[in-house]
Amino acid sequence: MTSEPQPSTSASSAHPLVSLRKVNKHYGPLHVLKDIDLEVARGEVVVVIGPSGSGKSTLCRAINRLETIDDGEIQVDGKVLPAEGKALARLRADVGMVFQSFNLFAHKSILENVTLGPIKVKGMKGGEAKELAMSLLKRVGVDNQADKLPAQLSGGQQQRVAIARALAMKPKVMLFDEPTSALDPEMINEVLDAMVALAKEGMTMIVVTHEMGFARKAADRVIFMADGQIVEQATPEEFFTNPKSERAKDFLGKILAH
Amino acid sequence: MDNFLTLFETYNVPAAFWVNIQLTFWAAVWSLVLGTLLALMRISPIPSLQWLGAAYVNIFRNTPLTIIIAFGVLGLFGQLQVSLTDDFNLNFFRLAILGLTIYHAAFVCEAIRSGVNTVPLGQAEAARAIGLSFLPAARLIILPQAFRGAIAPLGNVLIALIKNSTVAAAGSVAAEASSLMKTMIEFRGDLVIPIFFTFAIGFVILVIPVGLLTTWASRRLAVAR
Repeated sequence: MTSEPQPSTSASSAHPLVSLRKVNKHYGPLHVLKDIDLEVARGEVVVVIGPSGSGKSTLCRAINRLETIDDGEIQVDGKVLPAEGKALARLRADVGMVFQSFNLFAHKSILENVTLGPIKVKGMKGGEAKELAMSLLKRVGVDNQADKLPAQLSGGQQQRVAIARALAMKPKVMLFDEPTSALDPEMINEVLDAMVALAKEGMTMIVVTHEMGFARKAADRVIFMADGQIVEQATPEEFFTNPKSERAKDFLGKILAH
Repeated sequence: MDNFLTLFETYNVPAAFWVNIQLTFWAAVWSLVLGTLLALMRISPIPSLQWLGAAYVNIFRNTPLTIIIAFGVLGLFGQLQVSLTDDFNLNFFRLAILGLTIYHAAFVCEAIRSGVNTVPLGQAEAARAIGLSFLPAARLIILPQAFRGAIAPLGNVLIALIKNSTVAAAGSVAAEASSLMKTMIEFRGDLVIPIFFTFAIGFVILVIPVGLLTTWASRRLAVAR
Protein backbone atom coordinates (compact mmCIF):
# COMPACT_ATOMS: atom_id res chain seq x y z
CA MET A 1 0.00 0.00 0.00
CA THR A 2 1.33 3.36 -0.93
CA SER A 3 0.42 6.15 1.36
CA GLU A 4 -1.30 8.71 -0.76
CA PRO A 5 -1.92 12.20 0.48
CA GLN A 6 -5.37 12.35 2.01
CA PRO A 7 -7.38 14.92 0.09
CA SER A 8 -9.93 15.19 2.88
CA THR A 9 -7.29 16.09 5.46
CA SER A 10 -5.70 18.74 3.32
CA ALA A 11 -9.13 20.13 2.49
CA SER A 12 -10.14 20.28 6.13
CA SER A 13 -7.11 22.33 7.08
CA ALA A 14 -7.54 24.62 4.09
CA HIS A 15 -11.02 25.87 4.89
CA PRO A 16 -11.67 28.08 7.89
CA LEU A 17 -13.02 26.30 10.96
CA VAL A 18 -15.90 28.72 11.34
CA SER A 19 -17.24 30.83 8.54
CA LEU A 20 -20.21 33.16 8.34
CA ARG A 21 -21.36 34.56 5.03
CA LYS A 22 -23.85 37.39 4.67
CA VAL A 23 -25.59 36.47 7.91
CA ASN A 24 -28.66 38.51 8.78
CA LYS A 25 -31.01 38.37 11.72
CA HIS A 26 -33.94 40.46 12.85
CA TYR A 27 -35.81 40.64 16.12
CA GLY A 28 -39.05 42.05 14.82
CA PRO A 29 -38.17 45.44 13.35
CA LEU A 30 -34.70 45.35 14.93
CA HIS A 31 -31.92 44.33 12.54
CA VAL A 32 -29.48 42.74 15.01
CA LEU A 33 -27.02 41.13 12.58
CA LYS A 34 -26.34 42.93 9.34
CA ASP A 35 -24.54 41.07 6.54
CA ILE A 36 -22.00 39.54 8.87
CA ASP A 37 -18.98 38.01 7.12
CA LEU A 38 -16.48 36.30 9.37
CA GLU A 39 -13.91 33.57 9.06
CA VAL A 40 -12.09 32.02 11.97
CA ALA A 41 -9.08 29.86 11.27
CA ARG A 42 -8.14 26.71 13.15
CA GLY A 43 -6.36 27.62 16.37
CA GLU A 44 -7.28 31.27 16.12
CA VAL A 45 -8.52 33.21 19.15
CA VAL A 46 -11.00 35.90 18.18
CA VAL A 47 -12.32 38.39 20.70
CA VAL A 48 -15.57 40.15 19.90
CA ILE A 49 -16.14 43.43 21.66
CA GLY A 50 -18.62 46.24 21.32
CA PRO A 51 -21.30 48.17 23.15
CA SER A 52 -24.29 46.26 24.51
CA GLY A 53 -26.96 45.71 21.92
CA SER A 54 -24.36 45.56 19.17
CA GLY A 55 -25.26 41.96 18.34
CA LYS A 56 -22.09 40.32 19.60
CA SER A 57 -23.87 37.81 21.84
CA THR A 58 -26.35 37.01 19.12
CA LEU A 59 -23.46 36.39 16.73
CA CYS A 60 -21.83 34.04 19.21
CA ARG A 61 -25.05 32.14 19.88
CA ALA A 62 -25.86 31.87 16.18
CA ILE A 63 -22.72 29.80 15.60
CA ASN A 64 -24.25 26.80 17.38
CA ARG A 65 -27.75 27.81 16.39
CA LEU A 66 -29.04 28.74 19.81
CA GLU A 67 -30.19 31.71 17.73
CA THR A 68 -31.59 31.04 14.29
CA ILE A 69 -30.62 33.34 11.45
CA ASP A 70 -32.87 34.82 8.78
CA ASP A 71 -30.50 34.43 5.87
CA GLY A 72 -26.88 33.87 5.02
CA GLU A 73 -24.85 30.81 5.79
CA ILE A 74 -22.86 29.56 8.76
CA GLN A 75 -20.37 26.72 8.38
CA VAL A 76 -18.46 24.89 11.06
CA ASP A 77 -15.55 22.82 9.81
CA GLY A 78 -16.85 23.00 6.27
CA LYS A 79 -20.38 21.87 7.12
CA VAL A 80 -23.39 24.13 6.89
CA LEU A 81 -25.31 24.33 10.16
CA PRO A 82 -28.21 21.87 9.97
CA ALA A 83 -31.63 23.31 10.74
CA GLU A 84 -32.82 20.86 13.41
CA GLY A 85 -32.69 17.34 14.71
CA LYS A 86 -29.89 14.83 15.14
CA ALA A 87 -27.52 16.47 12.66
CA LEU A 88 -27.70 19.74 14.56
CA ALA A 89 -27.15 17.96 17.89
CA ARG A 90 -24.08 16.25 16.42
CA LEU A 91 -22.67 19.57 15.26
CA ARG A 92 -23.32 21.20 18.62
CA ALA A 93 -21.33 18.43 20.26
CA ASP A 94 -18.32 19.74 18.31
CA VAL A 95 -18.88 23.33 19.39
CA GLY A 96 -18.24 24.07 23.06
CA MET A 97 -20.24 26.86 24.65
CA VAL A 98 -19.67 28.78 27.86
CA PHE A 99 -22.51 31.04 28.99
CA GLN A 100 -22.60 34.25 30.96
CA SER A 101 -24.79 32.61 33.62
CA PHE A 102 -22.78 29.34 33.73
CA ASN A 103 -25.91 27.19 33.25
CA LEU A 104 -24.53 24.18 35.06
CA PHE A 105 -27.16 21.46 35.42
CA ALA A 106 -28.54 22.42 38.81
CA HIS A 107 -29.69 18.96 39.89
CA LYS A 108 -26.46 17.17 39.00
CA SER A 109 -23.14 17.06 40.80
CA ILE A 110 -20.10 18.84 39.40
CA LEU A 111 -18.70 15.51 38.21
CA GLU A 112 -22.01 14.52 36.57
CA ASN A 113 -22.18 17.88 34.85
CA VAL A 114 -18.92 17.07 33.08
CA THR A 115 -19.50 13.35 32.41
CA LEU A 116 -23.06 13.72 31.12
CA GLY A 117 -22.11 14.82 27.61
CA PRO A 118 -19.40 12.22 27.00
CA ILE A 119 -21.64 9.40 28.32
CA LYS A 120 -24.98 10.39 26.82
CA VAL A 121 -23.87 12.02 23.59
CA LYS A 122 -20.68 10.16 22.76
CA GLY A 123 -21.50 6.84 24.42
CA MET A 124 -18.34 6.85 26.51
CA LYS A 125 -18.07 4.29 29.33
CA GLY A 126 -18.74 5.64 32.83
CA GLY A 127 -15.26 4.98 34.19
CA GLU A 128 -13.54 6.49 31.21
CA ALA A 129 -15.80 9.57 31.34
CA LYS A 130 -15.09 10.01 35.03
CA GLU A 131 -11.36 9.85 34.42
CA LEU A 132 -11.64 12.42 31.64
CA ALA A 133 -13.86 14.65 33.78
CA MET A 134 -11.54 14.52 36.78
CA SER A 135 -8.54 15.42 34.65
CA LEU A 136 -10.42 18.39 33.16
CA LEU A 137 -11.68 19.52 36.56
CA LYS A 138 -8.11 19.31 37.83
CA ARG A 139 -6.96 21.38 34.89
CA VAL A 140 -9.35 24.20 35.81
CA GLY A 141 -8.63 23.71 39.52
CA VAL A 142 -11.99 22.49 40.85
CA ASP A 143 -11.37 18.75 41.11
CA ASN A 144 -11.78 18.96 44.89
CA GLN A 145 -15.41 20.06 44.38
CA ALA A 146 -16.42 17.12 42.19
CA ASP A 147 -19.17 15.76 44.45
CA LYS A 148 -20.85 19.07 45.24
CA LEU A 149 -23.87 20.59 43.56
CA PRO A 150 -23.38 23.70 41.40
CA ALA A 151 -25.20 25.97 43.88
CA GLN A 152 -22.55 25.12 46.50
CA LEU A 153 -19.76 26.62 44.36
CA SER A 154 -18.75 30.23 43.84
CA GLY A 155 -19.46 31.85 40.50
CA GLY A 156 -15.85 31.61 39.43
CA GLN A 157 -15.72 27.92 40.28
CA GLN A 158 -18.99 27.28 38.48
CA GLN A 159 -17.72 28.98 35.36
CA ARG A 160 -14.53 26.92 35.41
CA VAL A 161 -16.68 23.78 35.70
CA ALA A 162 -18.67 25.04 32.72
CA ILE A 163 -15.42 25.30 30.76
CA ALA A 164 -14.50 21.74 31.78
CA ARG A 165 -17.97 20.53 30.78
CA ALA A 166 -17.56 22.03 27.33
CA LEU A 167 -14.01 20.66 26.95
CA ALA A 168 -15.19 17.16 27.85
CA MET A 169 -16.87 16.98 24.44
CA LYS A 170 -13.47 17.61 22.81
CA PRO A 171 -14.90 20.46 20.78
CA LYS A 172 -13.31 21.84 17.63
CA VAL A 173 -14.11 25.38 18.67
CA MET A 174 -15.15 27.03 21.94
CA LEU A 175 -17.63 29.87 22.14
CA PHE A 176 -17.58 32.15 25.18
CA ASP A 177 -20.58 34.42 25.62
CA GLU A 178 -19.48 37.07 28.13
CA PRO A 179 -18.05 34.42 30.46
CA THR A 180 -16.99 36.85 33.19
CA SER A 181 -19.83 39.39 33.10
CA ALA A 182 -21.80 37.73 35.92
CA LEU A 183 -18.79 37.29 38.20
CA ASP A 184 -17.61 39.22 41.22
CA PRO A 185 -14.41 41.12 40.39
CA GLU A 186 -12.16 38.87 42.47
CA MET A 187 -13.33 35.80 40.57
CA ILE A 188 -12.80 37.12 37.08
CA ASN A 189 -9.11 36.33 36.92
CA GLU A 190 -9.44 32.67 37.82
CA VAL A 191 -11.75 32.21 34.84
CA LEU A 192 -9.62 34.32 32.52
CA ASP A 193 -6.53 32.35 33.53
CA ALA A 194 -8.25 29.12 32.51
CA MET A 195 -9.19 30.73 29.19
CA VAL A 196 -5.68 32.03 28.54
CA ALA A 197 -4.28 28.57 29.22
CA LEU A 198 -6.77 27.13 26.76
CA ALA A 199 -5.79 29.67 24.13
CA LYS A 200 -2.12 28.85 24.61
CA GLU A 201 -2.88 25.17 24.02
CA GLY A 202 -4.15 26.08 20.56
CA MET A 203 -7.90 25.88 21.07
CA THR A 204 -9.93 27.79 18.51
CA MET A 205 -11.92 30.33 20.50
CA ILE A 206 -14.53 32.97 19.83
CA VAL A 207 -14.88 35.11 22.92
CA VAL A 208 -17.45 37.83 23.51
CA THR A 209 -16.10 39.85 26.39
CA HIS A 210 -15.48 43.23 27.92
CA GLU A 211 -12.13 42.09 29.32
CA MET A 212 -9.61 44.13 27.38
CA GLY A 213 -6.76 42.56 29.33
CA PHE A 214 -7.74 39.15 28.05
CA ALA A 215 -8.00 40.47 24.51
CA ARG A 216 -4.47 41.90 24.69
CA LYS A 217 -3.03 38.80 26.29
CA ALA A 218 -4.64 36.00 24.33
CA ALA A 219 -6.41 37.23 21.21
CA ASP A 220 -5.05 36.88 17.68
CA ARG A 221 -7.71 39.23 16.40
CA VAL A 222 -10.17 41.70 17.84
CA ILE A 223 -13.52 42.23 16.17
CA PHE A 224 -15.38 45.38 17.02
CA MET A 225 -19.13 45.28 16.54
CA ALA A 226 -21.65 48.07 16.69
CA ASP A 227 -25.29 48.22 15.59
CA GLY A 228 -25.26 44.68 14.24
CA GLN A 229 -22.23 45.18 12.03
CA ILE A 230 -18.57 44.30 12.19
CA VAL A 231 -17.14 47.80 12.15
CA GLU A 232 -13.49 47.01 12.49
CA GLN A 233 -11.11 44.12 12.96
CA ALA A 234 -7.41 44.13 13.75
CA THR A 235 -4.78 42.63 15.99
CA PRO A 236 -5.31 43.59 19.64
CA GLU A 237 -2.25 45.82 19.61
CA GLU A 238 -3.38 47.65 16.50
CA PHE A 239 -6.97 47.95 17.64
CA PHE A 240 -6.30 49.27 21.12
CA THR A 241 -3.54 51.71 20.17
CA ASN A 242 -4.78 52.82 16.79
CA PRO A 243 -8.50 52.25 16.22
CA LYS A 244 -9.60 53.34 12.74
CA SER A 245 -13.32 53.99 13.05
CA GLU A 246 -14.91 56.82 15.00
CA ARG A 247 -17.28 54.32 16.61
CA ALA A 248 -14.39 52.25 17.99
CA LYS A 249 -12.49 55.35 19.15
CA ASP A 250 -15.59 56.53 20.96
CA PHE A 251 -16.14 53.09 22.55
CA LEU A 252 -12.53 52.69 23.65
CA GLY A 253 -12.48 56.26 24.95
CA LYS A 254 -15.42 55.42 27.20
CA ILE A 255 -14.15 52.14 28.60
CA LEU A 256 -10.45 52.97 28.88
CA ALA A 257 -10.90 56.42 30.40
CA HIS A 258 -10.52 55.17 33.95
CA MET B 1 -74.88 6.91 69.25
CA ASP B 2 -75.42 3.17 69.37
CA ASN B 3 -77.60 3.51 66.32
CA PHE B 4 -74.78 5.23 64.53
CA LEU B 5 -72.22 2.59 65.45
CA THR B 6 -74.41 -0.21 64.14
CA LEU B 7 -74.05 1.43 60.73
CA PHE B 8 -70.45 0.26 60.63
CA GLU B 9 -71.54 -3.31 61.34
CA THR B 10 -74.10 -3.25 58.56
CA TYR B 11 -72.04 -1.38 56.01
CA ASN B 12 -68.35 -1.84 55.30
CA VAL B 13 -67.25 1.79 55.10
CA PRO B 14 -63.46 1.16 55.00
CA ALA B 15 -63.94 -1.26 52.09
CA ALA B 16 -65.76 1.48 50.17
CA PHE B 17 -62.95 3.93 50.82
CA TRP B 18 -60.48 1.26 49.75
CA VAL B 19 -62.15 1.24 46.32
CA ASN B 20 -61.62 5.01 46.07
CA ILE B 21 -58.00 4.59 47.07
CA GLN B 22 -57.52 2.00 44.35
CA LEU B 23 -59.26 4.16 41.77
CA THR B 24 -57.07 7.07 42.83
CA PHE B 25 -53.87 5.05 42.76
CA TRP B 26 -54.30 3.68 39.25
CA ALA B 27 -55.68 6.91 37.83
CA ALA B 28 -52.77 8.80 39.42
CA VAL B 29 -50.18 6.47 37.90
CA TRP B 30 -51.71 6.53 34.41
CA SER B 31 -52.48 10.24 34.41
CA LEU B 32 -48.90 10.93 35.46
CA VAL B 33 -47.70 8.91 32.46
CA LEU B 34 -50.18 10.47 30.03
CA GLY B 35 -49.76 13.95 31.52
CA THR B 36 -45.97 13.74 31.17
CA LEU B 37 -46.34 12.71 27.52
CA LEU B 38 -48.72 15.61 26.93
CA ALA B 39 -46.34 18.04 28.63
CA LEU B 40 -43.51 16.73 26.44
CA MET B 41 -45.66 17.35 23.38
CA ARG B 42 -46.46 20.87 24.50
CA ILE B 43 -42.80 21.81 25.08
CA SER B 44 -41.50 19.95 22.01
CA PRO B 45 -40.11 21.88 19.05
CA ILE B 46 -42.64 20.24 16.70
CA PRO B 47 -45.65 22.53 16.08
CA SER B 48 -48.12 19.74 15.25
CA LEU B 49 -47.35 17.97 18.54
CA GLN B 50 -47.63 21.25 20.45
CA TRP B 51 -51.02 21.77 18.86
CA LEU B 52 -52.17 18.25 19.67
CA GLY B 53 -51.10 18.58 23.31
CA ALA B 54 -52.82 21.94 23.67
CA ALA B 55 -55.98 20.63 22.00
CA TYR B 56 -56.11 17.65 24.37
CA VAL B 57 -55.70 19.83 27.43
CA ASN B 58 -58.30 22.34 26.33
CA ILE B 59 -60.85 19.68 25.49
CA PHE B 60 -60.57 17.46 28.54
CA ARG B 61 -59.80 20.10 31.14
CA ASN B 62 -62.97 21.87 30.14
CA THR B 63 -65.28 18.85 29.99
CA PRO B 64 -67.10 17.92 33.22
CA LEU B 65 -65.71 14.74 34.71
CA THR B 66 -69.20 13.32 35.16
CA ILE B 67 -69.74 13.47 31.42
CA ILE B 68 -66.41 11.74 30.70
CA ILE B 69 -67.11 8.97 33.22
CA ALA B 70 -70.69 8.48 32.08
CA PHE B 71 -69.48 8.33 28.49
CA GLY B 72 -67.16 5.48 29.52
CA VAL B 73 -70.11 3.38 30.62
CA LEU B 74 -72.88 4.49 28.27
CA GLY B 75 -70.79 5.40 25.21
CA LEU B 76 -67.72 3.19 25.25
CA PHE B 77 -69.26 0.14 26.90
CA GLY B 78 -72.99 0.49 26.20
CA GLN B 79 -72.86 1.69 22.63
CA LEU B 80 -69.40 0.78 21.29
CA GLN B 81 -69.08 -2.47 23.25
CA VAL B 82 -65.60 -1.53 24.45
CA SER B 83 -64.67 -3.92 27.22
CA LEU B 84 -61.44 -3.82 29.20
CA THR B 85 -62.02 -7.19 30.83
CA ASP B 86 -64.65 -9.97 30.84
CA ASP B 87 -65.43 -9.39 34.51
CA PHE B 88 -68.55 -7.20 34.53
CA ASN B 89 -67.79 -5.14 37.66
CA LEU B 90 -64.05 -4.96 37.05
CA ASN B 91 -64.83 -3.55 33.62
CA PHE B 92 -66.70 -0.61 35.14
CA PHE B 93 -63.85 -0.14 37.60
CA ARG B 94 -61.33 0.02 34.76
CA LEU B 95 -63.51 2.29 32.64
CA ALA B 96 -63.74 4.62 35.61
CA ILE B 97 -59.94 4.61 35.90
CA LEU B 98 -59.75 5.38 32.19
CA GLY B 99 -62.15 8.31 32.58
CA LEU B 100 -60.34 9.67 35.65
CA THR B 101 -57.01 9.30 33.82
CA ILE B 102 -58.14 11.07 30.68
CA TYR B 103 -59.53 13.97 32.70
CA HIS B 104 -56.70 14.39 35.21
CA ALA B 105 -53.92 13.93 32.65
CA ALA B 106 -54.84 17.38 31.35
CA PHE B 107 -54.25 18.84 34.81
CA VAL B 108 -51.06 16.84 35.33
CA CYS B 109 -49.79 18.18 32.01
CA GLU B 110 -50.38 21.75 33.11
CA ALA B 111 -48.81 21.11 36.55
CA ILE B 112 -45.68 19.72 34.88
CA ARG B 113 -45.63 22.65 32.50
CA SER B 114 -45.68 25.00 35.47
CA GLY B 115 -42.72 22.98 36.76
CA VAL B 116 -40.95 23.42 33.43
CA ASN B 117 -41.36 27.16 33.88
CA THR B 118 -39.32 26.95 37.09
CA VAL B 119 -36.35 25.62 35.05
CA PRO B 120 -34.29 28.50 33.66
CA LEU B 121 -33.99 28.62 29.86
CA GLY B 122 -30.21 28.37 30.26
CA GLN B 123 -30.54 24.74 31.40
CA ALA B 124 -32.11 23.76 28.09
CA GLU B 125 -29.57 25.83 26.17
CA ALA B 126 -26.67 24.19 27.98
CA ALA B 127 -28.17 20.76 27.30
CA ARG B 128 -28.51 21.55 23.61
CA ALA B 129 -25.04 23.05 23.52
CA ILE B 130 -23.39 19.78 24.58
CA GLY B 131 -25.22 17.99 21.79
CA LEU B 132 -28.34 16.57 23.45
CA SER B 133 -31.36 16.54 21.17
CA PHE B 134 -34.84 17.33 22.46
CA LEU B 135 -35.82 14.02 24.06
CA PRO B 136 -32.57 13.30 25.93
CA ALA B 137 -32.41 16.94 27.04
CA ALA B 138 -35.98 16.71 28.32
CA ARG B 139 -35.41 13.36 30.03
CA LEU B 140 -32.04 14.14 31.61
CA ILE B 141 -32.13 17.86 32.30
CA ILE B 142 -35.55 19.51 32.01
CA LEU B 143 -38.06 17.00 33.39
CA PRO B 144 -36.11 15.96 36.52
CA GLN B 145 -35.95 19.61 37.55
CA ALA B 146 -39.49 20.31 36.36
CA PHE B 147 -40.95 17.49 38.47
CA ARG B 148 -39.20 18.83 41.51
CA GLY B 149 -40.66 22.25 40.80
CA ALA B 150 -44.09 20.77 40.14
CA ILE B 151 -44.54 18.75 43.34
CA ALA B 152 -46.94 21.23 44.94
CA PRO B 153 -49.23 21.63 41.90
CA LEU B 154 -49.07 17.87 41.27
CA GLY B 155 -50.13 17.40 44.90
CA ASN B 156 -53.15 19.61 44.21
CA VAL B 157 -54.06 17.46 41.23
CA LEU B 158 -53.78 14.35 43.41
CA ILE B 159 -56.02 15.89 46.06
CA ALA B 160 -58.62 16.73 43.42
CA LEU B 161 -58.28 13.20 42.04
CA ILE B 162 -58.92 11.59 45.43
CA LYS B 163 -62.16 13.50 45.80
CA ASN B 164 -63.10 13.14 42.15
CA SER B 165 -62.81 9.38 42.46
CA THR B 166 -66.36 9.56 43.88
CA VAL B 167 -67.56 10.51 40.41
CA ALA B 168 -66.88 6.87 39.51
CA ALA B 169 -70.39 6.42 40.94
CA ALA B 170 -71.60 7.90 37.63
CA GLY B 171 -69.67 5.09 35.96
CA SER B 172 -71.49 2.31 37.80
CA VAL B 173 -68.69 1.62 40.26
CA ALA B 174 -71.16 0.79 43.00
CA ALA B 175 -68.60 -0.24 45.60
CA GLU B 176 -66.99 3.19 46.04
CA ALA B 177 -67.59 5.51 48.97
CA SER B 178 -70.16 7.98 47.67
CA SER B 179 -72.29 5.14 46.30
CA LEU B 180 -72.21 3.46 49.66
CA MET B 181 -73.12 6.75 51.28
CA LYS B 182 -76.16 7.03 49.03
CA THR B 183 -77.22 3.49 49.92
CA MET B 184 -76.78 4.15 53.62
CA ILE B 185 -78.85 7.33 53.46
CA GLU B 186 -81.56 5.50 51.57
CA PHE B 187 -81.90 2.87 54.29
CA ARG B 188 -81.06 4.98 57.33
CA GLY B 189 -82.58 8.37 56.62
CA ASP B 190 -82.73 8.99 60.36
CA LEU B 191 -78.92 9.19 60.44
CA VAL B 192 -78.40 11.30 57.35
CA ILE B 193 -76.23 13.94 59.03
CA PRO B 194 -73.84 11.54 60.82
CA ILE B 195 -73.54 9.60 57.57
CA PHE B 196 -72.57 12.75 55.66
CA PHE B 197 -70.00 13.63 58.29
CA THR B 198 -68.56 10.13 58.26
CA PHE B 199 -67.74 10.35 54.58
CA ALA B 200 -66.65 13.97 54.69
CA ILE B 201 -64.24 13.23 57.52
CA GLY B 202 -63.07 10.08 55.77
CA PHE B 203 -61.98 12.11 52.76
CA VAL B 204 -60.40 14.82 54.88
CA ILE B 205 -58.33 12.11 56.61
CA LEU B 206 -57.24 10.77 53.23
CA VAL B 207 -56.40 14.16 51.78
CA ILE B 208 -54.59 15.90 54.65
CA PRO B 209 -51.48 13.67 54.54
CA VAL B 210 -51.18 14.27 50.80
CA GLY B 211 -51.12 18.01 51.35
CA LEU B 212 -48.59 17.75 54.18
CA LEU B 213 -46.40 15.34 52.26
CA THR B 214 -46.27 17.39 49.07
CA THR B 215 -45.57 20.61 50.94
CA TRP B 216 -42.72 18.92 52.78
CA ALA B 217 -41.40 17.25 49.62
CA SER B 218 -41.56 20.40 47.51
CA ARG B 219 -39.34 22.15 50.05
CA ARG B 220 -37.04 19.21 50.55
CA LEU B 221 -36.55 18.48 46.86
CA ALA B 222 -36.42 22.05 45.58
CA VAL B 223 -33.50 22.48 43.18
CA ALA B 224 -30.93 24.85 44.68
CA ARG B 225 -29.95 27.55 42.20
